[in-house]
Order: sequence, then structure tokens, then C-alpha cells
Amino acid sequence: MIDVLVIGGGNAALCAALMAREAGATVLLLEAAPRDWRGGNSQHTRNLRCMHEAPQDVLVDAYPEEEFWQDLLKVTGGATDERLARLVIRASSNCRDWMRRHGVHFQPSLSGTLHLARTNAFFMGGGKALVNAYYRSAEALGVQVRYDAPVTGLELEGGRFVAARLGNGERLQARACVLAAGGFESNREWLREAWGRNERGEWPADNFLIRGTRFNQGVLLKDMMDAGADIIGDPSQSHCVAIDARAPLYDGGICTRVDCVSLGVMVNREAVRFYDEGEDFWPKRYAIWGRLVAQQPGQIGYCLIDSKAIGRFMPPVFPGEHAPTLPELARRLGLPEAAFMKTLGEFNAACVPGSFDHTVLDDCRTQGLAPAKSHWARPIDTPPFFGYALRPGITFTYLGLKTNQHAAVHFGGVPSVNLFVAGEMMAGNVLGQGYTAGVGMSIGTAFGRIAGSQAAAAALKERAHAAA
Amino acid sequence: MQQLDALAREAVALADAQAPLSAAEAEVDRQMQVCNACRYCEGFCAVFPAMTRRLSFAKADVHYLANLCHNCGACLHACQYAPPHEFAVNVPRAMAEVRVQTYAEFAWPPALGALYRRNGATLALATGLGLALFLMLALVLQGSLFAQPPAGNFYAVFPHNLIVALFGAVFVFALVALAIGASRFWRQAAPGPASRAAAAEATFDALRLKYLDGGHGEGCNDADDRFTLWRRRFHHLTFYGFLLCFAATGVATLYHYVLRLPAPYPVTALPVLLGIAGGLGLLAGPAGLLWLNLGRHPLHGDPAQAAMDRGFIALLLFNSITGLALLAWRDSVAMPLLLAVHLGFVMALFATMPYGKFAHAIYRAAALLKWAIERRQPSTLRLKED
Repeated sequence: MIDVLVIGGGNAALCAALMAREAGATVLLLEAAPRDWRGGNSQHTRNLRCMHEAPQDVLVDAYPEEEFWQDLLKVTGGATDERLARLVIRASSNCRDWMRRHGVHFQPSLSGTLHLARTNAFFMGGGKALVNAYYRSAEALGVQVRYDAPVTGLELEGGRFVAARLGNGERLQARACVLAAGGFESNREWLREAWGRNERGEWPADNFLIRGTRFNQGVLLKDMMDAGADIIGDPSQSHCVAIDARAPLYDGGICTRVDCVSLGVMVNREAVRFYDEGEDFWPKRYAIWGRLVAQQPGQIGYCLIDSKAIGRFMPPVFPGEHAPTLPELARRLGLPEAAFMKTLGEFNAACVPGSFDHTVLDDCRTQGLAPAKSHWARPIDTPPFFGYALRPGITFTYLGLKTNQHAAVHFGGVPSVNLFVAGEMMAGNVLGQGYTAGVGMSIGTAFGRIAGSQAAAAALKERAHAAA
Repeated sequence: MQQLDALAREAVALADAQAPLSAAEAEVDRQMQVCNACRYCEGFCAVFPAMTRRLSFAKADVHYLANLCHNCGACLHACQYAPPHEFAVNVPRAMAEVRVQTYAEFAWPPALGALYRRNGATLALATGLGLALFLMLALVLQGSLFAQPPAGNFYAVFPHNLIVALFGAVFVFALVALAIGASRFWRQAAPGPASRAAAAEATFDALRLKYLDGGHGEGCNDADDRFTLWRRRFHHLTFYGFLLCFAATGVATLYHYVLRLPAPYPVTALPVLLGIAGGLGLLAGPAGLLWLNLGRHPLHGDPAQAAMDRGFIALLLFNSITGLALLAWRDSVAMPLLLAVHLGFVMALFATMPYGKFAHAIYRAAALLKWAIERRQPSTLRLKED
């Protein structure tokens, strides 16, 4: 019988498999996806948020524990478990040597991400390069890996893991198990049910795009809920940003973002503005726009800029609609022309002259306009004009299994002795809402490693027990 | 004058910006739009930092980036948008497909650019003609392909001046053709004058194959997502082996004209030692490159160029094999035959330098110099997060 069964194939699962193998356990990792699509959402990540007291290889200055914790407290609005959060933060300060030993390379922040140079260590080549390195290391260490191996459910005995049932009917026993199979964001039915129907009679989730893997169907999450595992988080909560409406249904990843909202105006399909585009710096605000667009009719928004903005934001993956005049742009975007011209006319008239500077919270704002645009407000008046249609793009869901500092799955408040959880399936314990760049990988790495060590210890203990 | 230059450059750039892209160039443009919105691969090589200095990719940009790409494969294996993703991003392949088009487009005389279309046939034909030429010459000049001992004097088979005239003419022609191609590539989008630092950096990056180190020093990709330094090592053996062989010829020329010491030279003489070292490098290097090439991941590069790549490697291999064989048996009766065969292969290599894979060295070096110059200039973009 195998010692440790790891269910999942992304960062957390791989960290667990590597740690368990290093501890001397035999390990089998089951990845639901085929090899080409392995790695779950980790293949779309790019960095790790790291605590550090002094400059450290690719990281500049310092990012002390307290500051990291305050950042986490702020973005989650308190929806976090301080003990587990601090455990993740401390682990982030000393996990990188271990990651390097398994082939991960780091590099300084990418162009366009200077604001993360202090806090985040970037993976050279991004998350897929990290996933590749971990799979190579795992195989070299003798971890067995099976692709196309979705698990449909677990066999439990009083909160104790016994076996996993595979999609092909196979039953796999193991002495311990780590669940690291992601959230449920790719499950359209579940999203539909969680978001429900709005006052317009629409099912908003039907218009959502999924930024990550198509394999996070939440099968095990649901199975564990049915089995009575303790749950944390609200199923209707997800990290949701506004992305290009032409993005693929799944796996659009980072390149589908459109970073010019704060340089222009956003309107809905009725050509009406609905939120302050210049409230704060874009990296601090991009994550609210998914939900804002989700609340608009048809779950679609249109970001409009003029040629003054070109070259001042990260280039988007698809070219925008463009036109020499505003009425022409309205027609090309399929927006009602009269309402469009009225909205832009009012906006342009309300812009107070100021000195535009997109690197600071400048004094270009609107006066007497609701909703206001607080910064970077300049009339949209210089052709050609550009427009991008945006839709809500789900990055991940917050619903997960309750856990403790040993990464144990809980049943009725009692921790399981041989069933552990890591990654997106438990991130909600630390990140109950909100997001800050790279923290998902910090949680996945810290808890993946804990879960792997704990699972190996539980399995080796049982093996010794059986031998005695 | 400088102003005039700048104006001319702008006019060329303007015309180029509107030039329609070929299908392969349009594919690079499409992929670069995806990459420019992602940028995860910035640490691997110079292509991606060069890309981030641009928002759109006109013909000249595409040609420049294609020749800056070393086809190391790192970005393909790290790519979240690589096939089977619907974005189907495969930068090494897209770049390779454009690269061969640039070789053909910049070739001089222009009509001979067509030789890139069937490069395997080109190399085979050149080799056949080279061999025929020297075998026939040997027969005409001395009536037999075999010699009476004592052998060892090559000039007894082919007069020195004849060899100098034949190879000198072909070599000078090849150099002129390559220089014209490089100059046209350069002027397509000249980045401005090269500072000493930029020139030194480009030279250094070319000579040590910096961009085959993966950005982290563990090397490039070959059969899979594993990194390996073997391609870099075999390429070094090939390139420096080639240079040593060249140096052997150069030193022998000095011996001949300056020191008045005609060949043959003893094994311990400098030209022969250089030739042996170079020949061994040119044996091991291409053999290794061929072995790696046969095991390359199927998505790397452009499969349509296998004949050009492997044909060139084979030509190099036959140059070294026949050269070493000639050295080993230069005192035997087979010397004239071996000499004719060796010279036939050398002639085929020289004659096809501007119309085969060899040209990559010229355009790659030029692209590296462009990059070394360009990266020292301030970016014209003001992306808000920088």
C-alpha cells in the first residue's frame, strides 16, 4: 500500500508530494488533467509574496512580518485566522532555498511590476516553469505521478482516510492523504447556483469567464462537504477581475487583463458610468472591477480611452475597437449613441484641469459628477478613441475546508489523523476575502509543505504500528 | 549629414511600418501581442525585454526579434499559452519560420535567396559540384587520383596558386554577399551608433552564447522541459573548431608568404596543430549538435528547416572527417583522392555560406548588437507601473 496519496497536481500538491517523499514516504500523486494541462491554476501564477527582514537576492529592501500581516488584514477585512496567517508569512521567509533545491528559479520583478519588487519573488518563466521543475524533481525522487486521474470521492471511516475512488472506478488505498485539488471556480453549474438570479432575472455567473484551469470542478470539495467536513467561506465569494470579453472561457490567465480603466472611463451596456475609475492606483483597485461589472446588466462593461492613454498601460492581449470619432466608437462597440455621447459629454465637461501624473494620486478629477472620477480624469477628446469590452473573470473561489496549523481536515471540530488539505482548498482559512499579489502561492507552498510532512508522519507512524 | 541620416531612417521606418506582413511575420506579431501582455519569460533571453520596448510589431521589429531568438525552447516549455492552449503560442517556432524568410529576403544577389526554399537540395548540389570539380581537376592535372610515394605535398596535386585563386574568389564572394545581407538587415531599422560598451557586450554575448544559458545558467531546452548545457557546449566546439581550422589556414598563409616556408608542415608545426584541434572540435561539435537535433522536442523550431539545419551540420562534419583523414593518410598513395574530396567539401561549405544555415551567425550577431545598442536607450513608453 502506498504511504501518501496526493490528490491534485498544482503547486500545493507538488510541495506536499515532495515533502512527503523527502520524509521517506512512498508517494502517489493524482493529477486530474492530462500532462499538457497539468498544474492547475499554478501554471498561471508568477510570484510568491515573501516576508524578509533585509534585501534578499531578487527582493529589495525589507518586508517584515508585521507589514505582511497588516496587508493581509487589510485586504481580507479581518476574514483571516491570525495564527495560520502568521504561519504562512513566516514560512514565506524561508521556503525559497527549498524551492531552489527543487529547481525553481527566481528573478527580479518583471517590467510593469515595479510595485512588487519589494514584496514578491518572481518565478523565472512564471508558474508553469515552477510546476515543470517540481514535476521533474518529484519524478527524480521517485514520486509516482498519474495524469488523467480525476478522483470522484473519498472513502472515510470516522474522519479517517481509507481510500480514494477514481473516475475509472479504481479504488486506491493509502495510509494518509493530502487534498490539494483546487476550488470550484470552473464548475459552471455550481457558480450559477452560488451567484443565483439577479433582480433583472439574469443568471450573472453564466457570463463569467474563468481565468484559470478548466479542471477545478470542486468535485472533492463537494464530496467532503457531503461527508461532513468542516467548511469555511462563502460560496458566492470569489476573486473576480474585469477581463477582456474576448478571452477564452478557461485559462485566459494574466494576459487577458485590461489595465487602462484608471486612464479612461467605464460604462455599462446602457453607456452609463457606474463607479469611480480613479479611486486609487490600479494595482489596488483592479480586483473590485470584476464584481462591479458582474452587477451591471448583461455582466459587461466598456472601458473607453483616447490616444493620450496609449503607451501608458500594459498592452492588452487583444487590440481594442478604435474609431476616429466618439459616435463611431459607440457604434462599433454596439452602445446606444445618444446615451454614450451624453455620458462622455458630461464627463468631459466635469474634468477639472490639473497636472496629470499617472504615477501619483494627481489632481485631475471631476467636479459635480456622480459617480466622480477622483484622479487621472482628463477629457476623452483626442482621437483615435479606443474601447474594450470587459467581463467578470474568476480567478479562484474562497470556499474551502477548515483546517489548523497541521493542515488537518476537520470533522465536527475534530482534526483527522491522516487526511490533510492544502492550497486553494483551504486558502479561505487565511484569505477569507480579497487578494494581494502572490499570497495564494505563499499559502499553497506553506500548507502544501506542512500537509506533506504531516501526511508522511501519519503514514510512517501507521506503518510502524502495523509492523509492531 | 546626421540629420539627413535620421530623416532617411525615419522614412525607411515609416515605409516599413506600413509594409504588409507575410503569414509567418503576422504570426509573430500575433504571438508577441500575447507575450507582451504576459511577460513571464522576460528573464530567459533578450527577445522579451526587446519586445516590451514595443507596443506593435512591424516588419522590421519582427525581423529583428526573429534573429535575436536563439531557439533555446525555454519560453515554449514555460508558456501557459503553448499548444494545446487555443492561443497556440510557440515563440521558437514562429521566430524560426520568419528567420529563414529573412535569410532569403536579405540574401545577395537577391535571386539566390531562393536557394533557402530547398536548402537540402542546395547543399547536396553544392557538395556534388565541389567534389566533381576537384576530382576532375586532379584527374586533369595529374592523370590519376593516386600518388607515387613519397606523397605529402598537396601542391604537387593542385598548384598553390590555383587553390588560392579558387578559394580566395569563392570566400571573398561569400563575405561580400553576407556583408550586403547584414547591412540590409541593419538598415531596415538601424538603432543608432554602437558605443564601445554595446559593441563589447554584443561580441561577448555572441562568443559565449549567453542566450543558450537559459537566463539561470542551467542551459536551454532540448528533448523536454529539462535544461541542458550540451547544445551550448557542442555549439562552442563547432564554432571554435571552425575558427581554429580557419586560423590554421591563416597561419599557413603567413608561413607561405612571410616566412617563405611552403607546405607540407610536420605534425608538430603550428598550422597542423591548429588544424588538428579545430578538426576535432568540428568533429565532436557537429556530431553532438546532430544528435541533439534528432532528439529535439517536436514543437521546437520549424520542422520544415530540418534539411537546412542537418544538411549544414553534415557538411561541417564531412569537412572535419575528410580533413582529419587527409592528415592521417597524407603520406599514403590515396593522398590526392583524399585531398580532392576534402577540398570538394570545403568548397561546398564556402560557396553555400551566404545561402545556408551559416548565415544565422551573421544575422544573430547583428541582432545582438542591435539589442546591445537599443537597451542602452531610454524607452519611449511610459507604462504607468514602471
